[in-house]
Amino acid sequence: MSAVLATHGLCKSFGALTVTDDVSLDLRAGECHALIGPNGAGKTTFVNQLSGLLTPDAGRIEFLGQDITTDSPAERANAGLARTFQITSIIPSMTLFENVALAAQARCGSSYRFFRPAHKDRQINALAEKALEQIALTSRNDIPAGTLSHGEKRALELAMAIAQKPKALLLDEPMAGIGSDESGQLTDTLLMLKRDYPLLLIEHDMDAVFKVADRVSVLVYGRIIASGTPTEIRANREARAAYLGDET
Amino acid sequence: MRAAIPALIAFVFLAAMPLLAEFWGGSYVTGLVMRAMILAIAALSLDLLIGTCGLVSFGHAAFLGIGAYTTGIAITEGTTDLATILGITIAISVLFALVTGAISLRTHGVTFIMITLAFGQMLFFTFSALSAYGGDDGLTLWEGAHAYGAFEFEHGLFYIILGMLITIWFLLGCLREARFGRVLLAAKENSTRMETLGYGVFGYRLTAYVIAGVIAALAGVLIANEAEFVSPALSAWQRSGDLIIIVVLGGMGRRSGPVLGALAFVGLEESLSSLTHDWRLIFGPLLIFIVLFAKGGLASLFERRQA
Repeated sequence: MSAVLATHGLCKSFGALTVTDDVSLDLRAGECHALIGPNGAGKTTFVNQLSGLLTPDAGRIEFLGQDITTDSPAERANAGLARTFQITSIIPSMTLFENVALAAQARCGSSYRFFRPAHKDRQINALAEKALEQIALTSRNDIPAGTLSHGEKRALELAMAIAQKPKALLLDEPMAGIGSDESGQLTDTLLMLKRDYPLLLIEHDMDAVFKVADRVSVLVYGRIIASGTPTEIRANREARAAYLGDET
Repeated sequence: MRAAIPALIAFVFLAAMPLLAEFWGGSYVTGLVMRAMILAIAALSLDLLIGTCGLVSFGHAAFLGIGAYTTGIAITEGTTDLATILGITIAISVLFALVTGAISLRTHGVTFIMITLAFGQMLFFTFSALSAYGGDDGLTLWEGAHAYGAFEFEHGLFYIILGMLITIWFLLGCLREARFGRVLLAAKENSTRMETLGYGVFGYRLTAYVIAGVIAALAGVLIANEAEFVSPALSAWQRSGDLIIIVVLGGMGRRSGPVLGALAFVGLEESLSSLTHDWRLIFGPLLIFIVLFAKGGLASLFERRQA
């Protein structure tokens, strides 16, 4: 199967600290590729390079056969690469619906439109409603997003990403800070998302990772030390030593 | 819609002003009201930057100066046709906004304030150095612009200014609710998120900066015609400060804010300065009082009463 998203020899250092060390990784159509690793392994730095918030020192990023290494975050998003954030990133004073509508608006033609009220735009609203339904976030549409519960904010991030009509999704710890009862529900959501979008999943919740992922790569000190199916990774000595803990 | 009511009431009141002035105050009062309306137009444009984009420009009066000096120089050189003057003003202000915006919008917060202040002062000193056009002393216009006879009507200029105020107020209200405004408002809170959603925030902000600049420059053309006098002080940093005060006083990012702010500002300036020469000594504490007790400015007082 062809790769939707691929990095070739990606490197990034902050001063003397190497946070991404020659990372070559790909995401294929229809799969969920999980990237796991201990705190400080450089997972978020890696995602930030993929989404364009950071520029790699060396290496290439390819998305849908195009070299996007030097593209801006907005250009990548418009090409179909959507992401969520480990630390929830939304527009707090706008309503839940407006947040999703903003994501949808970027896919509904030019936003250099100055006269017609955006909240009456059927095309935008339809796309936003569809995304909210998919994430099962149809209630409490009109309250400021900043007042939502943590779990709802995490779901909102997913809804925003879907409203972007992405061709691939980068999920940076969607389960971060989620309680165990909610995480089961979110795992189901991820399984559903996997049917529609290739997922690059960064996650600490190992139950979720092993349930959802088709392939797992282990990142330690900016370097990929192991890559394979969940079963292979579970059995991999190095990966267990570095991350899973020997007792598992 | 509710937020628009105070401004609409103000417009009705303003439209009746020339009639009321017949009984009280005469042309002195209409002149004063014209100045307030022109300041309201400039403040509306500044609020597009402050209230909608979260960009505090401390050099917005530069655009007033551009409009006023374009008018002054054009008339001195014998070009009195208003349409021509407006055309030149728009062209120059777009150019100035594009250049200064492209540089200053790469900065944030205090740096943005200082850079816009610097650009404003650059223009102020440029106008001061125009010795052929009055230099420091300013430039008296012996003749007004011609607008196909519209200015010759009694109160023609008054109603042209009022018409422009209402039009600009209405259009900027639309802009804020439209797709464009929604992007700016969201980027004010979280520009990184907007980038990753696919919006090139810089382009949106630069466009807003140009729109705000052109509107303020149009206000400058009106000032020159109203006062028949143009001086560098129009673009000095004190004027930019006044505009910020008007926006804050009226209520940042509120539909009626800049209009109420400008009327209140001119009203207070006029009544306090008739009491004492050091009127700012009273105006300062009053402003602090309003900012402390009505966080959303005067406009929020009305909104709360209606809610």
